[in-house]
Amino acid sequence: MRHISIIFKRELAAYFNNPLAYVLIIIFSVLSMGLTFVIGKFLDLNDASLTNFFLFHPWIYMIFGPAIGMRLWSEEHRMGTTELLLTMPISPWQAIVGKFLAACVVLAAALLSTIPIVVTVYILGSPDGQMIFSGYLGSFLVGAATIAITCAISALTRSQISCLLISVCICFLLVLAGFPSVADFLRPTMPWLANLGNGISLWWHQSEMARGLVRLQSLAYLTTLIAFCLYLTSVIIRSKRA
Amino acid sequence: MIEIHHLSKHFGPKVAVDNLSLTVQKGQVLGFLGPNGAGKSTTMRMITGYLPPSAGSITIGGVDMLDNPNTAKAKIGYLPESAPLYADMTVSGFLSFAAELRGLSGAAKKAAVEKAITTCFLEKVRSQSIDTLSKGYRHRTCLAQAIIHDPEVLILDEPTDGLDPNQKDVVRNLIKEMGKTKAIIFSTHILEEVEACCTRAVIIDQGKVVADGTPDELKRRALRAGSVHVKITGSGAAGIAGELARLGHAGRIEDPVTAEDSFQGTVYPKAKTATGALTTEIYDLCRNRNLTLSELHEEPGRLDDMFRELTSQNQV
Repeated sequence: MRHISIIFKRELAAYFNNPLAYVLIIIFSVLSMGLTFVIGKFLDLNDASLTNFFLFHPWIYMIFGPAIGMRLWSEEHRMGTTELLLTMPISPWQAIVGKFLAACVVLAAALLSTIPIVVTVYILGSPDGQMIFSGYLGSFLVGAATIAITCAISALTRSQISCLLISVCICFLLVLAGFPSVADFLRPTMPWLANLGNGISLWWHQSEMARGLVRLQSLAYLTTLIAFCLYLTSVIIRSKRA
Repeated sequence: MIEIHHLSKHFGPKVAVDNLSLTVQKGQVLGFLGPNGAGKSTTMRMITGYLPPSAGSITIGGVDMLDNPNTAKAKIGYLPESAPLYADMTVSGFLSFAAELRGLSGAAKKAAVEKAITTCFLEKVRSQSIDTLSKGYRHRTCLAQAIIHDPEVLILDEPTDGLDPNQKDVVRNLIKEMGKTKAIIFSTHILEEVEACCTRAVIIDQGKVVADGTPDELKRRALRAGSVHVKITGSGAAGIAGELARLGHAGRIEDPVTAEDSFQGTVYPKAKTATGALTTEIYDLCRNRNLTLSELHEEPGRLDDMFRELTSQNQV
C-alpha cells in the first residue's frame, strides 16, 4: 500500500506540474457544459435534470480519457525509467495501480470543475439529487474505464501519439456499440448482437446511470473492465521484458 | 554475495547470454568487459531482476531473484546504462522519491538523501530540475539513487560513459572506495578504468565468458606479455640479432629494425616466466660485446591486447 501511495504522489505531481492537466480540465469543463447548453438546448428543454449533460460525457471521454492516460507508461518507456521502476523492490501491479489512481484524480478534478452546472440546475429548478449523483458516478466510472484502456495501450508503445490514436479507436468502438442508431440498425436482423452491443457499450451504461438506473450489471461491467485492463497492463509489461 | 549460475537469455533465436556463471564477494569490484553487443547490459538487467532469464539462477546475498524478487532487489543499487531519470522532478525530489521506494522515511530518509547528495557532489544542483542538468550531473544523480539505501550490492552499467576526465576520476574513486565494503559489478569499455578500480575482470563475448581473473593475471596472458623490447647501439650492433636469437632463454625476435650502428626489436622469451633471466642474458651479451644498451623495457602485457585477442576473432 505504501508503494502505491508513493507512486501515486509522484504521478500526481507529474500531472499537475505540467500545464497539460489544467488544459485538459478546462477543455472538459468548457466542452461538457458548452455542449449541454448549445447542442443539448438545456434552457429550451425546461427540464431540471442533467441527463443530457451526462449523455455527452462518453463522447468527450473517447478523446479525453486517452489524453489523460497516454503518458502513463509511454512516457516511462521513452525516458527509460521503466527499467528504474521495475528494478526497485516493488511489484509491478503497485506501480500500475498507483499511476492509474493519479490519472483518476485528474478525471475527478475535471468532473468537479462542472459543479457550476449543478448549481445552475438547482437555482433554476428542483432536480432529482439521486439522479445527479448516479449520473456523476456513471460518468466517473466510464471515464476511468477509458483511462484504463489507454493505460494498457500505453504499456505497448513509447509513442504517446500512437497510444492516443489506438486508444481513441477502441473507446470510439465501445461508445458506439450501444448508441441508439447502431442498436436500432442491428435489432431487426441480429437482436443478440444489439444486446451485446448495449452490454459492452460505455454510452449505454452511462445513459442508464444518467437516468438514475444504477444497475449491478453496469457497476460490475465497468469495474471488471477497469480491472481487466489493469491486469492486461501488467501482462504487457511482463511480456515486453521476456 | 552475488552468485550467478548457468545464466542464459534468448531473444527468439538470438542467444544474448550463454551459460554464464560467476560469483562476486563483498569487497570485490568486478569489471565487466566486452565488445558492444556482447551481452553485458543484458546480464546486468537479469541480475537486477528487470529481465527474466531463459535459464539459470541468480542469488543476491543468499536470496534467489526469481523466488523472492522484492527481497533480492532491496539489496541491490542499480545504475542503468542510459542513466534514466524523471525529468520533471528536482534532484532532491527525485532522490527523496527513490529513498521512499527503498523503504526509508522521516529523518532516516532526509539523512540518506543528504549523504547521497554529498557523496555524489550534487550540492550545487540539489534544487534544480533534472531536465536542466548536464550529462555529468544526470549520471551522478542516477548514481546517487543507486547508493541512497547503502546497498550491499551495486550494479553499474557504464558508470563513466560520456563524463569528462575529471568526472570520470570522481566516479572511479567513489567505486574504489565503496568497493571496500560492497560487492560491485560495473561494465566499461575503458580498460584503464579496469586497472584503476577493479579487483577482478571478466571479459565476455557473444554472451560467453572468455576470460576471468585479476587485471594483472589477464595482462600476463596477453601474447606480448613477458617480451623484452631492446635498443642496442655501438659498432657491430647491426649484426647482434643472430646472437640475441641464440641466447638460452630467447624465443623469437619480432619487429627488428637494423641501422648502421643500432638494432632494435622485441625479444620473446621461451617461457613467460623467463623474462627476468632473458633480460640478464641480454645485458651480459651487450657488456661482453662492448655495446650500449640504450633501451630495455619489459612488457608486462596490456589489457587491450588481451581484449582484442579474445574478442576480435568473432568480429564481423
